[in-house]
Amino acid sequence: MSVGIAEAKRDRNERRRGLLLALPSFAYMILFFAVPLVIVLVYSFATRTSTGSTSLSDWNLDAYRKLGEPIVRNVVLRSVVLALVTTAICLLVAYPFAWFCAHQRPVVRNMMLVAVMIPFWTNFLVRNYAWRLLLSSGGPISSFTEAIGLGETNILFTKTAVVIGLVYAYLPFMILPLFASIDRLDRRLIEAGRDLYGSGSQTFRKIVLPLTMPGVIAGSILVFVPSMGAYVTPELLGGGKETLLGSYIVTQFLTARNWPVGASLSFVLMAVMLVSTIIYFRSGGKNL
Amino acid sequence: MSQATNRKLPVWALRLNGSAVLLFLYAPIILLLVFSFSASRIPGQWGGFTTEWYATLFDDSRLQRTISVSIRVALISTVIATVLGTMSALALERFKFRGRRVFDALLYLPIIIPDVTMAVMMLMFFSQSFNLVEAVFGIAISKGFATIVISHVAFNIAFVSVVVRARIAGMDATLEQAASDLYATRWQAFRFVTLPLIAPGVLGGALLAVTLSLDDVVVTQFVAGPGSTTLPVYVFSLIRKGVTPTINAVSVIMLVASLILVAGSVGLQRANAFRGRQQLQTTGGTS
Amino acid sequence: MNAPNGSEEKVTVAVSLRGISKLFDDVTAVDSVDLDIDDGEFFALLGPSGCGKTTTLRMIAGLEIPSSGSLQIFGDEVGSLPPNKRPVNTVFQNYALFPHMSVADNVAFGLRMRKVDKSEIADRVQQAIALVRMSGMENRRPNQLSGGQQQRVALARALVNRPKVLLLDEPLAALDLKLRQEMQFELKQLQREVGITFVFVTHDQEEALALSDRIGVMNDGRLLQVGTPEEMYDAPADRFVADFIGRSNFLKGTLESPEVVCLANGQRIRVPLVDAVTVGDDVQVSLRPERVMICDVDTAPEGVARLSGIVENETFLGNSVIYRVALDWMTVEVETDHRPDVERHHAGEHVDLWWRDDAVAVVRP
Repeated sequence: MSVGIAEAKRDRNERRRGLLLALPSFAYMILFFAVPLVIVLVYSFATRTSTGSTSLSDWNLDAYRKLGEPIVRNVVLRSVVLALVTTAICLLVAYPFAWFCAHQRPVVRNMMLVAVMIPFWTNFLVRNYAWRLLLSSGGPISSFTEAIGLGETNILFTKTAVVIGLVYAYLPFMILPLFASIDRLDRRLIEAGRDLYGSGSQTFRKIVLPLTMPGVIAGSILVFVPSMGAYVTPELLGGGKETLLGSYIVTQFLTARNWPVGASLSFVLMAVMLVSTIIYFRSGGKNL
Repeated sequence: MSQATNRKLPVWALRLNGSAVLLFLYAPIILLLVFSFSASRIPGQWGGFTTEWYATLFDDSRLQRTISVSIRVALISTVIATVLGTMSALALERFKFRGRRVFDALLYLPIIIPDVTMAVMMLMFFSQSFNLVEAVFGIAISKGFATIVISHVAFNIAFVSVVVRARIAGMDATLEQAASDLYATRWQAFRFVTLPLIAPGVLGGALLAVTLSLDDVVVTQFVAGPGSTTLPVYVFSLIRKGVTPTINAVSVIMLVASLILVAGSVGLQRANAFRGRQQLQTTGGTS
Repeated sequence: MNAPNGSEEKVTVAVSLRGISKLFDDVTAVDSVDLDIDDGEFFALLGPSGCGKTTTLRMIAGLEIPSSGSLQIFGDEVGSLPPNKRPVNTVFQNYALFPHMSVADNVAFGLRMRKVDKSEIADRVQQAIALVRMSGMENRRPNQLSGGQQQRVALARALVNRPKVLLLDEPLAALDLKLRQEMQFELKQLQREVGITFVFVTHDQEEALALSDRIGVMNDGRLLQVGTPEEMYDAPADRFVADFIGRSNFLKGTLESPEVVCLANGQRIRVPLVDAVTVGDDVQVSLRPERVMICDVDTAPEGVARLSGIVENETFLGNSVIYRVALDWMTVEVETDHRPDVERHHAGEHVDLWWRDDAVAVVRP
């Protein structure tokens, strides 16, 4: 066989092998992921019949129009605000923690990071439940405040409880990228800054913060995005009194039986995720 | 960055923050553990030590059934997802083929997609498919064990793939060439060189898949059938009805189970890192 | 082909390349290489990064398939065969030792893949490990070895298979200077002992000169010249070769006749017989700094080529002195031995430069 032909043949064989290797998963993902996603998109253009089932024969943008209604807007607004508050708290708490971590000896540093990750790996439901326990009236926190004379506290089923739960769930997501970003700081830049500015806060604002911005952005996205779409935590700790996006979507399917609206909301949520992910990658989050 | 901290920042404040965060992270878990042994009927209040709540679990057949479903779903979906995920990782890291970029992008979606959206889309997919099957073949299918497994595999392939890909990427690509130079066929090179070296990654991916499967609430809730619920979904519905001490006990058991998995995973990461260091030293040619 | 000892006896050709080219998309990495490597010789492929030497080596190994041309190993056409079907083995630049296997398992790998009998494997592995002086380290893991030791294991792993040709891809590049020099010596010894053909890729011209029986210089995908180290140094055919191996001055001129060059300043000089360049073409005369003699004005011997200039500066290097002498039309570098008893020339001095007619080589520009 001439070499030119052999060269082409080898290339072709490689491609074929690669395709064969990828095919089973590729097919699976198309059938059981891409297709469902498309169906959601399709359904979002469908109509809800009076009996609560979905009619695919009438195409319209009703479901999307409904998104502009006050009810939905409030739900979305509430979710966004909550997610922002969660993100802010995480940032304020995680930054000093990450800074502290980055300045320890490697052994201590690794231990601290592992310590942060371990709770994260335990069952998600249980972690939420634990807070439910803690925050209930009659629970330990309440008993504690009673004991010190502040009276009964009932944080459960308030927005505060939801925020606590979300912060608890996603704090590691803020700590790790911040840590990575702080760890990369060139110490000499900070020293130079201190020489230049004299005060610590100026150095922080003008030098440290801008340089750790990729970590800040990455962490914020990693916290904001799941918080927006959270379902379990608001349900367990918020009690459903103030509806958030996740619960609202779920009720469209289980109780209100308005699949098109549920679909359009889910799709919008996913679009937000996608945009955030693109921002994350663009801002160099992947390289942290 | 392991030098002394910025002296302008009070170290005590940083330490306080550090301890507070760790306390914040661990207190709920520890308190849960403590209160699961409390005899008080009001969860969260101490009423003397008892193990009665754990005892009642042994009689709860409903609970045991859901545990069985959870474990079976996790095992089956993990095996499938690990095989498919590893194949995807190998294909993406070692081969060029048509549609590669689409495949690559497709495998990112399950990682970023919100639970709720995934739950919704699987529900719609199944309901449409069942309608279709009924219309065409006259057979009526309903949601159940299979739909849960299918859904779990659908998101776990991506996670396994990411973990294994990282492992493959960290592997020296010339090793496979060396194997070929030493008379190994493609299959032999894979079996004796590639596979042993990516094994920790594959195991790590499998462990991640098991964890995610056991943890899942929303997606499973949407695609489960009347006869088949997983443990988290069952517990979730129980909690919403009202908190009881037995739920405490169940939660602690779930906690311990996931901690065992975590320990296994951390141990595996140690093995990973060790092997990784070995490779670095080998191929770096350090004298 | 001349055998290394200069006699005309017939030698077997181990590796033969004819018109070998390799294209990657639009880039021509290797451009129509013709080369015969003799059995039993230590052959170096020398050139700067990106010149195509590694790609050529990989084509001999089978890790790349040529886009065109013929590649034979001991007469068999192997160009299209995969690596595992060729009787050659490779020592990779980063050694590529299998990190999850012991030294012994690494060395045994090739034999196991070919399903050699177990007892034979054990014997041959032991011999190979002893050959590279790593006995006693059989159970170590690669990450427990130093760079030099890893390289020896890589050699053993390749040689245990008794390949017809051993390929080495810059195997000493990762070692520090002293270790590299030791290993160079060991490699040369090893090749003599084992007696098979070594094809060695390097960018280090000193290494190539020290180790090889013959050198092939490549640049930009082309094979420029093949010859013994002496031939490459004293009679480079190409400006690139003259410049890459050792240092050289280049005097521009035209070839007036096969034995005379007319320099750019009008002066005519005699040169060794030139047969590769057409009369009338532009040429450059390569004159190595150590072949140029420097002396006081008008003290040069009779009948030699002579140029006059002014010393720009002198640099004392311990065992030698380098002068930069400015002529009207260019600067020439001169290297002389340091002789404490002889007075050096100083900046600003007028000097004469001369050389023997056979001290130059005419090269294409």
